Amino acid sequence: MSKISNEVWVFIEQREGKIADVSFELLSKGRKLAEQLKGPLKAIMIGHEMKANCGSIFQYGTNEILLIEHKKLQHYRTMPYSRIVSELVAERKPRIVLFGATFIGRDLAPRVASFTKSGLTADCTDLQIEDVTYLKQDYPQLLLQIRPAFGGNIIATIITPDVPIQMATVREGVMENHPLDKAVNGKITELPYTSEPVDDLIEILDRHHEESKINLKSAPIIVAGGYGMQSKENFDMLYELAHLLGGEVAGSRAAVDAGFIPHERQVGQTGVTVRPKLYIACGISGAIQHRAGMQEANKIIAINTDPEAPIFEVCHYGIVGDAMDVIPKFIDVYKHKLK
Amino acid sequence: MGYRSIVLVKQVPDTANISGQVMRPDGTVNRAKLPAVFNPEDKVALELALQTKDQYGGTVTAVTMGPPKASDLLRECLYMGADEVLLISDRKFAGADTLATSYVLAEAINKLGKYDIIFAGRQAIDGDTAQVGPQTAEKLGVPQITYAEKIVEIKKNKITVRRRIDGGFEELRSPLPVLITVIKDAAFPRTFRAKRVMAYKNARTLMELEKMTEANSLLYIDDLLQEYKSKNLYMPTFTVDDLDVDLTRIGLRGSPTKVHKVESVVLAGSEHEQFEPTKEGLNELIEKLMQDHIFG
Repeated sequence: MSKISNEVWVFIEQREGKIADVSFELLSKGRKLAEQLKGPLKAIMIGHEMKANCGSIFQYGTNEILLIEHKKLQHYRTMPYSRIVSELVAERKPRIVLFGATFIGRDLAPRVASFTKSGLTADCTDLQIEDVTYLKQDYPQLLLQIRPAFGGNIIATIITPDVPIQMATVREGVMENHPLDKAVNGKITELPYTSEPVDDLIEILDRHHEESKINLKSAPIIVAGGYGMQSKENFDMLYELAHLLGGEVAGSRAAVDAGFIPHERQVGQTGVTVRPKLYIACGISGAIQHRAGMQEANKIIAINTDPEAPIFEVCHYGIVGDAMDVIPKFIDVYKHKLK
Repeated sequence: MGYRSIVLVKQVPDTANISGQVMRPDGTVNRAKLPAVFNPEDKVALELALQTKDQYGGTVTAVTMGPPKASDLLRECLYMGADEVLLISDRKFAGADTLATSYVLAEAINKLGKYDIIFAGRQAIDGDTAQVGPQTAEKLGVPQITYAEKIVEIKKNKITVRRRIDGGFEELRSPLPVLITVIKDAAFPRTFRAKRVMAYKNARTLMELEKMTEANSLLYIDDLLQEYKSKNLYMPTFTVDDLDVDLTRIGLRGSPTKVHKVESVVLAGSEHEQFEPTKEGLNELIEKLMQDHIFG
């Protein structure tokens, strides 16, 4: 086998010219992985007039930015973006490529993995580098791609031992955002865009994009409801409590699937990861996928009728009781205290 | 006229009901031990394909790769209205990750001949990877539209689709053929048609017919095949021999991702303070939070 690369690449996702938070989170993690591999951290950025963003990328210790700019690349489109990234990855064979598990990343990464015949693991909750012995063979410094699987009954560690390129997607908020105190003096490598007919197969007829007004990640207090809340109407009391405490309302996947609350408010492995000062879990049993998204909260209150619910294993304060009964009381008592 | 649609469907374990015996020591899943269901978003994909047929004419072929048991799923597709089904099943395909799966699916689709639209669910509830659709599109060399929530129109061999993006939506127009992955809200799957249930409840795959010959030495597979085909009750089945595949690219061997370690989730049993669900209990808790400067 030829010499294996030690480069770590992060795909920089931009929407309307603004870099997504998840890309900075991936750069923060990518830097640590690159340090372990003693290799460079590189960012691959595609868009139009993106140069002003390079400074913020160097703030994360990025050694090199591969920049492809063109008016036709202003918005993400599957065909040109996947072709550009695929060709670059195939040609330069980085050791690791990280994507955000966003609408864009989840559209793009599988095509790149397919083209380059690389391994790809979705929605990792942790990434580590370790020497691995797999089927009696030693593999130095493999990327451990760690994620809950199968209804949260297990935590699986996935490896891609026999292919040179290891890829993973990670949800927003899972990795912590750690810029350096001082930006590094990195290099910008501009690569030309040569249009191919396949790039323009799909036309964008209309686009509607709004920055989400819901920002769970920066909410100091989160009141979250699960399937145990029983109905969409019952979530009203959670909104009332959140409003009272100056927080946001979130839900577990079961609550989202049941239609109690919109997906953009989902906390957990396939939703957002949050680290608030206080997390109040109401009628949430606490499957691992949910805990993956909230267990780093400073303080956790769990309210559940089932004293055996796993949520009680991660909480600081527990109340065995019906949230529908406890929440109105909580609101009452709190209002009384404010007076 | 009309359009030929292919729908990629998958039988998935009901991940809400998993017992301890389903994981094999090598970390793969013993699906035989699990209750199996129609992956919800694949069912939506099938519905969207059937609606496309209702509106524009054409045919719908449901394709699945899985164990012999996945024949149940294909019968359900027939009950809903699929014109044809295809089972891709072989021990050699077992243990495939998304890359190896998409390789086999693409090879099988190519063998089925010309198509206009491939529909698939956005993701399956057992892995939530959302990778097989795009990877199949890449292997077939066709464009893709993921997260589709609405087929706006099909005109002059071009399809207009509305899809979700972060914080909004976009409307895209693609030439055919194209692969489209659909989200749950895109359609509401129709129920089984009683007439079709009657017509197809005895439809059988190759493996099911083989099982019948094993149980009864008077039956011969060739005769059975002929009989079921003539009654239009044979559900076409591809094994590895029916496909021109590179054996190093299928199954566990052809899967770059391997399960290195599987840990059962053991809860630490953390210490926590218990409060009563009464006004007094909550008062205590709120005072504590105020002392901690969490709020107040």
